[in-house]
Amino acid sequence: MGKPRFLYVPFWLTYVFLYAPILVLVVMSFNAGRSPYVYEGFSLKWYGVLAEDDKIMQGLVNTLIVAAASTVLATVLGTLLAVGLARHTRSKLLDALGLMPAILPDLVLAIGLLVFYDVVKFSLGLHSVILSHALFGMAFVAAVVRTRLTHADSSLEEASRDLGAGPVTTFVRVTLPQLAPGIVAGALLAFTLSIDEFVIAFFTAAPTEPTLPIVIYSMVRFGVTPEINALASILLLVSFTVVIVAQRMTKIGEIRAQD
Amino acid sequence: MSPGWGRRLGAFVFLGPGVAYLAVLLLAPLALILSYTVFRRGRFGGIVYEFTTENFSRLLDPLYLNVVLVSIKLATLTTVFALLLGYPTAYLIARLPRTWKTIALVAIVLPFWTNFIIRVYAWTILLSGPGLINSALGTQFELLYNQGAMVTGLLYSYLPLMVLPLYAAIEKLDPQLREASANLGASAFTTFRRVTLPLTLPGVATGCVFVFVPSFGNFVIPEILGGGRSATVGTLIRTEFLQSRDWPFGSALSLAVILVLVVLLVIQSWVSRRG
Amino acid sequence: MSRIRYTRRFPAVVAAAGLALAVAACGGESSTDSANPAPSAAAQLNAKADLSKQSLTVTVWPGYTPKELPEKAKAKLGVADVKIVEHDTNETAMTKLTGQGGAQIDVAFVSGQYAQALAAAGLLEPIHPELIPNLSNLYPEATQLSYDKGNKISVPYTWGTTGICYRSDLVKAEPTSWKDILTPPAWAEKKVTMMTTERWLALPALKSLGYSVNTDKDEEIAKAKELLVAAKPHLLGYDDVTFGEKLRTGEAIMVEAWDGWCPTTDEKKNIKFAVPKEGSDLWVDTMVIMKSSKNKEAAHALINYILDPEIHRWAAENINYKVPNKAAMDKVQVAEGSLLGTSPAELLQGESIIDLGEAATKYTRLSTEVKAQ
Repeated sequence: MGKPRFLYVPFWLTYVFLYAPILVLVVMSFNAGRSPYVYEGFSLKWYGVLAEDDKIMQGLVNTLIVAAASTVLATVLGTLLAVGLARHTRSKLLDALGLMPAILPDLVLAIGLLVFYDVVKFSLGLHSVILSHALFGMAFVAAVVRTRLTHADSSLEEASRDLGAGPVTTFVRVTLPQLAPGIVAGALLAFTLSIDEFVIAFFTAAPTEPTLPIVIYSMVRFGVTPEINALASILLLVSFTVVIVAQRMTKIGEIRAQD
Repeated sequence: MSPGWGRRLGAFVFLGPGVAYLAVLLLAPLALILSYTVFRRGRFGGIVYEFTTENFSRLLDPLYLNVVLVSIKLATLTTVFALLLGYPTAYLIARLPRTWKTIALVAIVLPFWTNFIIRVYAWTILLSGPGLINSALGTQFELLYNQGAMVTGLLYSYLPLMVLPLYAAIEKLDPQLREASANLGASAFTTFRRVTLPLTLPGVATGCVFVFVPSFGNFVIPEILGGGRSATVGTLIRTEFLQSRDWPFGSALSLAVILVLVVLLVIQSWVSRRG
Repeated sequence: MSRIRYTRRFPAVVAAAGLALAVAACGGESSTDSANPAPSAAAQLNAKADLSKQSLTVTVWPGYTPKELPEKAKAKLGVADVKIVEHDTNETAMTKLTGQGGAQIDVAFVSGQYAQALAAAGLLEPIHPELIPNLSNLYPEATQLSYDKGNKISVPYTWGTTGICYRSDLVKAEPTSWKDILTPPAWAEKKVTMMTTERWLALPALKSLGYSVNTDKDEEIAKAKELLVAAKPHLLGYDDVTFGEKLRTGEAIMVEAWDGWCPTTDEKKNIKFAVPKEGSDLWVDTMVIMKSSKNKEAAHALINYILDPEIHRWAAENINYKVPNKAAMDKVQVAEGSLLGTSPAELLQGESIIDLGEAATKYTRLSTEVKAQ
């Protein structure tokens, strides 16, 4: 019950919609021609070109550093903020403020941060991109966690306190586990948004330390080659593998725990 | 320790870091930008610190109103389609067995770990005149460089922002509630309308805001998939800041956008708290 | 004069920068050389400065300079380091250079009218010709460009014009006039693109009406707008990034294009370029030195090195751009189909786009009006 069949139509439509261009992108990575738009036969040469491209590799490393660090920062700040907003204030103004970074047009936020770093003479580098990405990441994490908190059973927390648990114990052992799926979804969102963010990164990065989207955007100007598609395909393959391995590991862990 | 003191400490611990972060990195930069709205553009760009209200009177130009209306239309269409696709998807993901649940969820965001611009260009391969869809169907449809292509691109870019909040809201629903409703003789549709939907409304509101807002401000998709044929709020802000280097007017436009978005946020917050 | 502050920094920062400049003006890093005679209006640079203590960061379009340039320049000039960073457009480069990011840049590649705006904002170091003997390699015409007569603040790197790039196998008649894209014939319906950046968007209309590309007259701009609005329903779209790809796939058969970006040397040899009879522009991409640079001697040395015919010809031979360097062009083999054969005299018939100052916003409005139709 509860799974009407017709729901499977939009469900599968979503995945087909999401993966059709990805399929095109992967096929084009094996293109022998120099354009990612016109298929001219099979070749692996762009994977070779990619392996030797220091600029892209450096950009990739920078991007991963920024995405990882900003996600950690955003997840911690965002989760605390969500709990604070739900449990410790009724202010709609603070509510709106917490969501603001997620909904400002990225260019406005980017130029604001650029001017601000300039005025306070904060040096630009990967750290300034991390701080900037954590800003909108935090808003997304807080918003997603909030959707779980609204209905979360605060009676459990009260019971925990009545049984003599301190506020810290209650938060760690009762509140956090209840929020976990929201936190994971929020962190996933923050990571995903950071890894592909261009506008804010462009304006808050040091010119000498570009992230991957910055490298790619400037390459587009002089004609994209299937090298980028090769990179995207490899990133996809790695992500798929990581997810599947992680999945297997949890399964094994669960079976062991049952023994 | 008095309870009042404890509550205040709690508020400080939970709200303090986030609010401080927002004050420094959000409010201060915004205040700087907004202060530019009352100054003039320098001859070659930059700011002349001379008071003027001209930037606001320029906002009232019907030209810009038209641009805002087009953007609202595009963002609304995108949000509606995202909800129609996203709700059932999130609903079914939340009901999957645990193993598949994670895989399905990650599969939603995985395409986004590649690169935005490459994904957008992949759409041009699918949609263009001599492109894949027309070749496969043997047709000559004009699928690209119009508003339909723009909505497709926006939907593609922001669909996960709908699915994830919805998933978080639906996942925590107690299945017993629906069972109880069914046992009381309610049809599946009534159960959905009276139980599931109201309880997941905060997720719906969050998802809609997350999709609507970036669709409203995006400037890459109108240029690539829209063929640069439409002016949107996103392209307008980009042009003012980057091309004509008119920071005061760009800031005034930003202020107008922020006001619209704050109204949206208040509605969203109201829905969340009501739910 | 000082009423106008071009920078986006706060006054305190400007003051600090001014102070730093004053210090730099007294000799900068090589201030030990106190025997230097009376300072002129511009900061004195020391021709004998120890370049091994200077390192350079250069911002340039991707693929616009030879890959091995940093290595070669380091070895040849003895500078500590040369680092290349990239920008995708003039617009984004401007935002970076006028902000804090500019402090990290020594040499920037930007188009002529942007060099003019940067200089007006007081951000550029005047060029010290005595440190760039290779300036004598330039065509005489290349020292008389309207955005910077006498190369006072910029040194030209490449130049060219804007025209119609087309598929000779798919058009029924070769384009000769801007009217061919403004009112495309039936066989080109929805197969034409124009450029999206405002000044180049306006160019075909202004030129076909016989106006200057730098006009600031409202009635002329209004007439241009009428033509552009009338053209819009017949166009495939506006594009100044991927028009070459659109020609290759056959999606478009005629596009407004910069000569260097028109893929005329493509293997299939069916892509050609024409400058319409009504005339066009002359664009120049230049090298400038940031006033905030602490490595100005090395920056001059690098520009001098790039003007070496053996280095400068690379751009003509590899990326098919004409370079304003006579000594370099004399050595270049002009391949079939290439546009390199255009002479400086022919190029100079084009009109340089200059920054219009206050009138620039008229073009932004024009572009918004056309797009919002």
